[in-house]
Amino acid sequence: MSHHKLETKTINYVYPDGNKAVKDISFTIHHGESVGIVGANGAGKSTLLMLLMGVLFPSSGEVLVGDIHVTKKTLPLIRQRLGMVFQDPDDQLFMSTVYDDVAFGPRNYRYDEKEVESRVFQALEMVGILHLKDRPPFKLSGGEKRAAAIASVLSMQPDVLIMDEPTASLDPRSRRRVINLLNCFEHTKIITSHDLDMILDISRRVIVIKDGEIAADGESAEILADAELLDQCGLEVPISLQRCPKCGERFLTGRS
Amino acid sequence: MADFTSSLYNMRLMDELACKDTFVHKLHPLIKILTTIAYLFVVVSYDRHEIIGLLPMLFYPVVVFFLAELPIKQVLARLLLIEPFIIAIGILNPFFDSQVIIVGGFAISRGWITFASILLKSLFTITAALILICTTGMDKLAAGLRMLKVPRLFVLQLLLTYRYISVLIEEVSRSIRAYKLRAPQQKGIHPSVWGTLVGQLLLRTIDRAERVYQAMFVRGFTGEYYTGADTWVTLRDVAYFGGWLSFFILARMVNIPLMIGLLISGVIS
Amino acid sequence: MHMADALISPVIGGTMWVATAGVAAYSIKKIQDDLEEKKVPLMGVMGAFVFASQMINFSIPGTGSSGHLGGGLILAAMLGPYAGFLAMASILLIQALFFGDGGLLAYGCNVFNLGFYTCFITYPLIYERFVKKGISAKRIMAGSMIAAIVGLQLGAFSVVLETFFSGKTELPFSTFVLMMQPIHLAIGIVEGLVTAAVLTFVWKARPELIEKQISGKISGNASIKRIIYGLAIAAVVIGGGLSWFASSNPDGLEWSMEKTAGTAELADSGGIYGILADIQSKTAFLPDYSFKNDGSVSEEQVSETSAEVAWPAVDAGTTVSGLLGGAMTLVLAVMIGFFIRYVKRRKKKVTA
Repeated sequence: MSHHKLETKTINYVYPDGNKAVKDISFTIHHGESVGIVGANGAGKSTLLMLLMGVLFPSSGEVLVGDIHVTKKTLPLIRQRLGMVFQDPDDQLFMSTVYDDVAFGPRNYRYDEKEVESRVFQALEMVGILHLKDRPPFKLSGGEKRAAAIASVLSMQPDVLIMDEPTASLDPRSRRRVINLLNCFEHTKIITSHDLDMILDISRRVIVIKDGEIAADGESAEILADAELLDQCGLEVPISLQRCPKCGERFLTGRS
Repeated sequence: MADFTSSLYNMRLMDELACKDTFVHKLHPLIKILTTIAYLFVVVSYDRHEIIGLLPMLFYPVVVFFLAELPIKQVLARLLLIEPFIIAIGILNPFFDSQVIIVGGFAISRGWITFASILLKSLFTITAALILICTTGMDKLAAGLRMLKVPRLFVLQLLLTYRYISVLIEEVSRSIRAYKLRAPQQKGIHPSVWGTLVGQLLLRTIDRAERVYQAMFVRGFTGEYYTGADTWVTLRDVAYFGGWLSFFILARMVNIPLMIGLLISGVIS
Repeated sequence: MHMADALISPVIGGTMWVATAGVAAYSIKKIQDDLEEKKVPLMGVMGAFVFASQMINFSIPGTGSSGHLGGGLILAAMLGPYAGFLAMASILLIQALFFGDGGLLAYGCNVFNLGFYTCFITYPLIYERFVKKGISAKRIMAGSMIAAIVGLQLGAFSVVLETFFSGKTELPFSTFVLMMQPIHLAIGIVEGLVTAAVLTFVWKARPELIEKQISGKISGNASIKRIIYGLAIAAVVIGGGLSWFASSNPDGLEWSMEKTAGTAELADSGGIYGILADIQSKTAFLPDYSFKNDGSVSEEQVSETSAEVAWPAVDAGTTVSGLLGGAMTLVLAVMIGFFIRYVKRRKKKVTA
């Protein structure tokens, strides 16, 4: 199923001010995989996501979606495959009603209004906020905004969902809702987060980024329990793994 | 600077009012825009000394207010804040036109007539604008503007400005609040922080705009703004507009109150 | 400085609307041609920012009073003249609709007064001239100060002209000018200082934001600016000319005034009244400003026009009727309002 594969081949990115944000990163993500990308602030996670989306182009190396090389020309094609949900839903919900925000993508692809409507309704149902379709964004709660932002991307029916900190500043219930939601999506998922417990819950595979390079790439259950590795990368073992499940004692290092 | 919360509250109130489901709310936005423009045009065309003949124009805001079930107190509270400037200009009129005239047996300076005329006109015109937005809402208004062939780029930009006003007001008020907690004696912000405080907000705004652009970009935005299909104007809409327009023209050409008065005094005498 | 509908006449409002629409259409075209659609979100969010910043109290130490930001100059400096103008137009539209700050018919005037002068005149001709030789805090300060002051003076003077030519107040030209200009000088100084402070900060923190606006904007736009100026001048001339025409035909005005005032018995024939009312309304559509308050018109004309101002309410016989009718109208209006509410309430009770 090559058309659902996402690949990066030794990509590098240097910001105009000389900051080397991404150094020689290569990985392949297969169809249906759920991958978490973790790292300390400033490690290069967000930059990496933008390179995947074609918002930024690598200084060297290439990004391939399916077998298509991501360039300015192929962007329209790429965009239909990849959907990105940003960190701050307020940046993502820029129209006056939820309906218009979710319809924005399909409308840009010039689908006729009936098709747009069915996509919007479908997306809103998937995230469970169909009843909010005529609300203006400022009237939504944090969790509802997050759901709306996700819906605004789902309406384009992408194959891959890329999400930047989906549970940031959510209350526990909304957070749980988002996690449940993501768990039932069949899409390929690439998620960055500081919420390591969520990553553990959602993603089988995790890539750890440190200073723009890949520090580890493998099974989340394994990597996220490796306290030493995580500590080196400015992270910590997820809270759910910090205590022995049997006696509740705190681990000091590694796993018991 | 408690302006922040009250402005936000005001805009949200108008938004909520616009969501009501009355006859007026259901009318086509284009019709409401045209009716408002016709009304303003006629009101503004009255001579500066005309008061009695101007009075029938009161019917429009009154009827719409009640048909649309708008809360009089809250909406008109707005007027009290705007009047100062108009009063400032108007109040000078009695001093500059001391031509004395007789009104109902009293001798007053004609300048007062002008002043009253200005006040009345401002009451009518401002109310007309407020009821337009309270019965239409920004979204439908934008659709109306598009039908009037206003370029889409401008409409999109207008909608974005509107959308982000609440976000920006909250950001700015947070900054100001943080400042005030550390400078309680000051009424406003001190010149020493004019640059940094506002400058920081500006930079954050630019960063946000960049993110919004990216969000639009990844959803296929290339500069064109596509919207759903426009709704059609119905016969009822046309009848509404036609009816009001006829009334406005009639009121303008014929001094209705005078006729009523003559009728009554004719009946009495 | 926002103009209200109550102070303008249809001619002036319409003229300025045409001028503003022309400049706006041109700006939109320019943005599309230069492929600057990326600016749209920036225009939107900056517009919201300026809107919010206008509420900030900039306290002036030693005076106990405070100033506020207009924002035209900052918008032009950050977005360029075309985008800045459009952003200003959005802000003013929202203020007019939601806050009644500035009328809808006067919208054209307001956008012109607050947007055109800053974005298309003082920004390119003054501010840019200072900074094109190289940016420094001093240059930004000088450029902002002068640009802000001049921009506001132009805007304030525009308000005076528009109000005067509309003829809806008795305020003599000279008095109005003496009122407006000094006040706006003070406002301009504050605007200049705040703008300078903010732009200097932005320049120090992220110089590229300021620099990319300056380069390449001055040269090559000279001819385009001439077109804009031409538009603006034409609009003012047309508007002014029409106004002049209206008042320079006092014969026509006087004749109709006489005729209308002469018909004290209005209840007579609806036919004649209709025709005369027709004439009256037609002449009243044109602004009726006159120089009589400036004292430059002959005594005779003054007493003539004041003797029979064209509405029946002045005449002895009809004054009481006029007031009576006016009162009845008010009562009627209120009654209609309550009636509507009553009917609605009853309907709700039935359906509930």
